[in-house]
Amino acid sequence: MRIPILKLHNYLLISIQTEIDDQTAIKFQEDLLAKIHKTGAIGVVIDLTSVDIIDSFIAKVLGDVVSMSDLMGARVVLTGIQPAVAMTLIDLGIHLQNVPTALDLEQGLVKLHQELGG
Amino acid sequence: MNPRSCVNIHKEWDIVGARQLGREMAKEIGFGTVDQARIATAVSELARNIYLYAKNGQVCFEYIYTNSQKGILMTAVDTGPGIKDISSVMQDGYTTSGGLGAGLPGVKRLMDDFDIESAVGEGTKIKAIKWIR
Repeated sequence: MRIPILKLHNYLLISIQTEIDDQTAIKFQEDLLAKIHKTGAIGVVIDLTSVDIIDSFIAKVLGDVVSMSDLMGARVVLTGIQPAVAMTLIDLGIHLQNVPTALDLEQGLVKLHQELGG
Repeated sequence: MNPRSCVNIHKEWDIVGARQLGREMAKEIGFGTVDQARIATAVSELARNIYLYAKNGQVCFEYIYTNSQKGILMTAVDTGPGIKDISSVMQDGYTTSGGLGAGLPGVKRLMDDFDIESAVGEGTKIKAIKWIR
């Protein structure tokens, strides 16, 4: 299973719609970094609106991909984290500090636009 | 009649299978979305521990009833290497796999009751209950 990555001008957009298993998550990490490299994207939005479970492994992969993209020079924003997912992550003790987030895809794009200086 | 459903854990995809079954059963007995997510996440953590450390095991779910409460009991059993020092794995931040170390203390916080038994060389058995509020 592969998560599709869409290019929109200087940005990459990802909407995760499937139940993520570990392999899919790792594959996604590789795919995203390769796509940033190939397209020269400066901003990425990963929308998690349809994701109803984030366990410690998936959280680690997401947190890592934000740091990795950052190293390459692309800013990542996670959007649409559901209330139940946010509560569960905090129960688990996972705070994802330093990971930029926004309420939804639209706000995520606004945030990127602001941070990257239009 | 109180049916018990189990998922054998021996490949990575079984982690997804276990959490889907856990969520399904939680939903059916009447847990809200937040508790369904808590239960499914706890299952995912336990199933991943089995997959990573023991290679083989089983996660089972059953409904439990008392006079005033109903809930779901999950049991994660493996015949892996066992845990030498249970108190250390129950500390936040402990990990041997390079993960986030959210594992067992996280599961304990997600659930209401939590019990672990382990013997080195024999395996580990974890029982966790979530009650409907």
